[in-house]
Parts: sequence; structure tokens; C-alpha cells
Amino acid sequence: MGRQKHPQIVTANDLFEGDVIYLTGEGGWTRLHGDAAVAHDSDEAQRLLAVAQAQPDKIVGAYLADAAIDADGRPQPVHFREAFRTRGPSNYFHGKQAEV
Amino acid sequence: MYRYDDFDAEFVRARVADLREQVERRIDGSLTEDEFKPLRLMNGLYLQLHAYMLRVAIPYGTLNSRQMRQLAMIAERWDKGYGHFTTRQNIQFNWPKLKDVPDILDALADVEMHAIQTSGNCIRNVTADHFAGAAADEIEDPRPTAELLRQWSTDHPEFQFLPRKFKIAITGSPNDRAVTKAHDIGLRMVRNDAGEPGYEVIVGGGLGRTPMIGKTVRDFVPKADLLPYLEAILRVYNLAGRRDNKYKARIKILVHETGTEEIKALIEAAFAEQKALFQAPPQALVDRIEAAFAPPDFDNTQSLVFDRAQADDPVFRSFVETNVSEHRNPAYGIVSVSLKPVGGTPGDASAEQMRVLADIAERYGHDELRVSHEQNIILPHVRKADIPAVHAELNKAGLATANIGLLSDIIACPGMDYCALATARSIPVAQEIATHFDALKLERDIGPLKIKISGCINACGHHHVGHIGILGLDKAGVENYQITLGGDGTETATIGERTGPGFAAEDLIPAIEAIIDTYLDLRHTGEETFLDAYRRLGAQPFKDAIYDHRRDSARAV
Ligand code: HEM
Ligand code: SF4
Repeated sequence: MGRQKHPQIVTANDLFEGDVIYLTGEGGWTRLHGDAAVAHDSDEAQRLLAVAQAQPDKIVGAYLADAAIDADGRPQPVHFREAFRTRGPSNYFHGKQAEV
Repeated sequence: MYRYDDFDAEFVRARVADLREQVERRIDGSLTEDEFKPLRLMNGLYLQLHAYMLRVAIPYGTLNSRQMRQLAMIAERWDKGYGHFTTRQNIQFNWPKLKDVPDILDALADVEMHAIQTSGNCIRNVTADHFAGAAADEIEDPRPTAELLRQWSTDHPEFQFLPRKFKIAITGSPNDRAVTKAHDIGLRMVRNDAGEPGYEVIVGGGLGRTPMIGKTVRDFVPKADLLPYLEAILRVYNLAGRRDNKYKARIKILVHETGTEEIKALIEAAFAEQKALFQAPPQALVDRIEAAFAPPDFDNTQSLVFDRAQADDPVFRSFVETNVSEHRNPAYGIVSVSLKPVGGTPGDASAEQMRVLADIAERYGHDELRVSHEQNIILPHVRKADIPAVHAELNKAGLATANIGLLSDIIACPGMDYCALATARSIPVAQEIATHFDALKLERDIGPLKIKISGCINACGHHHVGHIGILGLDKAGVENYQITLGGDGTETATIGERTGPGFAAEDLIPAIEAIIDTYLDLRHTGEETFLDAYRRLGAQPFKDAIYDHRRDSARAV
């Protein structure tokens, strides 16, 4: 079992809408980072990534991103890029911050 | 203005039909993303951080009121009610849905627009001086040449798979407003000893991770020889340019590694062959293009309205000072409309503002609009007597910001608010700088100053040629900003020098302020611009100021 510094989640963009999505434990997709499935080791991370990559007719560009687990046990973004992706741009109230 | 002929129109419609089918096949799963991606990119469709983005070409930055209204319609119907004008004289829509893109492209084709050649390793849209055909200092309008280049390069079989993307910029004026020295090929119109117009050809400029100022490979190419000469350059590049490494594939690397003299010899040899083989475009076509860019019917009636309005209204006077430039016809002015309201997003215009601009262009501006690489909109031909009325209408639409060429006229790329390649944000930095200095009311006193910001090393925001350049990086998971000083994108082009270590976002504004205070303290007179002062003083006093400042603020914490 490979160790990793942070737990990880799988994220991608929706093929049709283009917006940011996260893989859930059931192999489906959510718009909410907090509902993403969390991998605590690298085997699990690779397994989740493979689940995502098997859905090229729904998603584009799946990858693993580091997450931190908050007090409620939900994954939160670690890197600022991933934090921006949960919200949308900072110059307008558009994207996820307005829609989800 | 240039109108499509039947060939152009059919070509564009056929490309839309192709993409429509490709989108359907992507949606039904018969195309993979790997197969689809190059196809969508060829049609200007990117996938960014939060959504798809469609980049629409505005060849040589010229458009009419009908086209501007169509952009407004697209922004409202398929996007979020605005568009972003870019340094490449394009417009980008930040929120289209995949299934709508073919309809958007059809709507563009209705007004003779498209998104071809906005991506990929082809000859990209030719960019031109945004004052072309209007500037007082111009030898000739360079756009007929730009249009000829567009027709020649669109789908040119030999040049669809170049080692890397290829950008050409052109100007007809000695004052370079098109940043010709930072393009793969820059063309500057000059006269030879006999007084005939031709082009100085500059090769191998570029920004990005390896910024370079282009080298002049020929002082004068007669207009008739320009296409075979450019074919010769492209032939040399196609054969000798590196394809092994994406970061070394631009022609600037070839020129740099080969040496200017050697490259000149290779080009001249290829040109000798090319010239013999070259089939000149039919004269009828050249004439048709020339006629399409013929100057409008100027109205030379003299009037005192303009002078009187300046005398009576200080707000109008300050607008004229910064936003109106000298026109070749003394009864006219060139009006630059700033898309940089203090605190706004550089380059953004709402659908409503686009319509106002279209109406003004139609009523007062011979139906012409331009997009400048500085992310502003230009009304190239406005009768001076009408400028007060134009100003009043711009004002009502929030478009009368009088800051062209000043500190808050900032170029900023989309950065990490939109772009998937970004390493940091750039838009909020531009907003903060403009807001901070607006509060100090120093902008006019500071005078001409170009601040340019990129959100990663690709340099879409031209930071290397900003008097003050800012590059956003990711330093161990925190946004960090490097400053360069002394860059210049004009005929005296220079790559800016890095001051040293970068700054966290909260330390950046104090650093910029320290740079500007140093300039205000050390400038000879109110006349010496920031760039002139920097050239006289060198980097040291500015470095001392910003890094001392940082020590002070560190101590203060
Ligand atoms: C968000 C989508 C964008 C992507 C993916 C993108 C990508 C890139 C890349 C990879 C380069 C480096 C090319 C090289 O050095 O070989 C580049 C350069 C450049 N881009 Fe962008 N860019 C984007 C948006 C923009 C925008 C919005 C503008 C205008 C504001 C722009 C204007 C430029 C310019 C002027 C360069 C200049 C440097 C050069 O070609 O030497 N790009 N872009
Ligand atoms: S400079 Fe970087 S961040 Fe800015 S638009 Fe270009 S690729 Fe994106």
C-alpha cells in the first residue's frame, strides 16, 4: 500500500457543460468538492482514477488532486488552483459560486 | 472594409458544418477526446478551468457595427452577457456550452466571422496596428497586405503543420503600435531611397518562456516580393525548425541558435528559388482588397465645436488628452475607448456596451471599429466636431474612462480566473493596482506608463514588454509575483529585466508603489517618462527601493 502526503480526490471537467466535477464513491459525478470520494492511499487513488478514465463519453481530463479532510470528514482543496475550481472566477460572481 | 468572396464564405460554412458533425460525434461517444481536441482547437474552442472558451478571430482587429452587434447577441444568447477582448486582437467568450458552439460559429459566419486560425501550429491571425488607415504618422494602410497574408496563409497546405504556432504582426507606421518585434515575423512599412513603400522584415521575436526581440533580416522588401519572401522564411523554418522539443520549436529559437547572419543567408537562398516559382496573386484580387480598405469619404467641414468643448469642459479636455490621437485628416480624430474602468476586468465589454459602441461607430465613425492589442476598442475615424457627442454617449455607457496609456490602462491575461495553464491570477492584480492608484490621484502626474500582467510564463499578457511587467507564479502552493522593469513593445523594443525575488500578493502593491515613488523622486522633470528615467537610472535605485521596502514591512510585522 503506497503512502501519500495527502488524501486525494479525482476531478475532471464535464464534457457537455465544461464545468468542474468530482468523482463520487459510486463512480458517478458531483459538483461539490465535499462529496468527492477520498483515496487515502495510492492504490485506492489509482483505482478511482481508472474509474473516472473509463468514462470518456462524459468527462474530460480526469486527474488526482490533493485534499485535506475537514472537521466534518469532508475533503477540502489543498492547492489554491483547486480552491478556485470549487468557486469560479474572482472577477465576477459566475460559475460554481453562483450556481451550486 | 473587406467582404468575403464566395470562396471565403463557403470555406467558413464548410468548416462550421465539419465542426457540427465532430461535436455530435464527440457527444455520442464515437470520437475520443484525444481525437476531438485537435479538431476543436482548430476552431478556436478551448477547455479552460471552469468552462469551455471560444476564441473568435478579428483579423487585423477590424470590425463593423453589424459584427459588433452580433458579438453582443452571442454574448447574451450563449454566454454570460459579456466578452473579453484580448492582446491578440481576438474576442473570447468564457462560458459557451459544447452543444451550442456550432450554432455560435454559424452566427459568426452570418457576419463573416469565424474562429479559424486562433489555435494550432499554423499561421495565426495576422495582427495589425489598431490605428491602421487612420494614423497621422502612417505611410500606407498595412491592412491590404494583412488581408493578402490572411488569404495566402489560410489553409496553405505547406504551412498547416509548422513546428509551432506562427504569429505575424504588421504596421504601416514608424511608431510601432503592433509590437512587431515580439512576433515570429514583424513587418514594418518603410520607404526606400526612391521613396517607394516596402517592408522592413523582422524575424524571431517572441515572448513566452524565452522572450526575444526580433532581428531585422531585410531592411527593405518591395511590396511585390513580400509573399515569396515570407514563403522563403517559412520554408527555412519548416525544414530547419526544431520539432523535437515544444519549447524550442518557435522560430525565435532557430534564429537564435543559427545566428542572424546565417539565417539571412538561408532566407535569401530560399527566396531566390521561391521568387522564380512564385505565382503572384491575380491583380484583380489585389485591386479588390485595396479597394476594400480605401479610406472612407471624409467630411472636411471645419467646426469650432471640438475646441470649444475642450475649453469649456475639463472632463472632456482630459478625455481628449489621453484618448484622442492625431488622425491623418486634420478634421478627424482617432478615439480610443478604454475597456479599463478602475477596478474592472481589463478587456471586458458587456453586450450592452458592445451595442453602444456599434451604434456610435455607425452614427459617427464611418462604421468602423478596431480592437487594440492593449485590450481597448478604437473608433478610428471620428469627425472632431462629433467627438464631444461621442464622449457624452460613451460616458452614459461607462465607457469614457480617460486613461489610455496611463497606469490603469493595464494589460492582463485571463490568468487563473479562467485559464487552465495559469500558475496564478492576474485579473485581481490589475484591479487592485488600478484601484489603489486611483485613490492616490497620481495617475496623470505619473504620465505614460504601461503595466502588463501574465498569469504564467506563456506571457499572453505581454509582461516582458511592460514598462512594469508582472508575472504570476506558483511558489510552493502560494501565488507569487515577479516584477520586470524597463520592457518596451514599440520600435525601441526591449525585454524587461527581472528585479529579483518575487512578491506575495499582499506585498506586490507596496512594491509597485515603491517603484513609482522612486520614479517620481528621481525623474529630471515632469517631462521625463518612467521608461526614459529607467533607461537613464538603470535598475538599481528601483531594486533598492522595493527590496528595502520589503525589509521595512517585514520589520513592521
Ligand atoms: C486561456 C487560453 C489560453 C491558452 C491556453 C494560451 C496558451 C498560450 C501558450 C501555450 C503560449 C506560449 C506559446 C509559446 O511560447 O510557444 C501563449 C502565448 C501567447 N498568448 Fe496565449 N493562451 C491563452 C489565452 C490568451 C489570451 C487571452 C491572450 C490575449 C490576452 C493570449 C495571447 C497570447 C500572446 C500575445 C502570446 C505571446 C507570446 C508569443 O506567442 O510569443 N493568449 N499562449
Ligand atoms: S499567460 Fe498563461 S495564464 Fe495567462 S492566458 Fe496565457 S497561458 Fe493562460
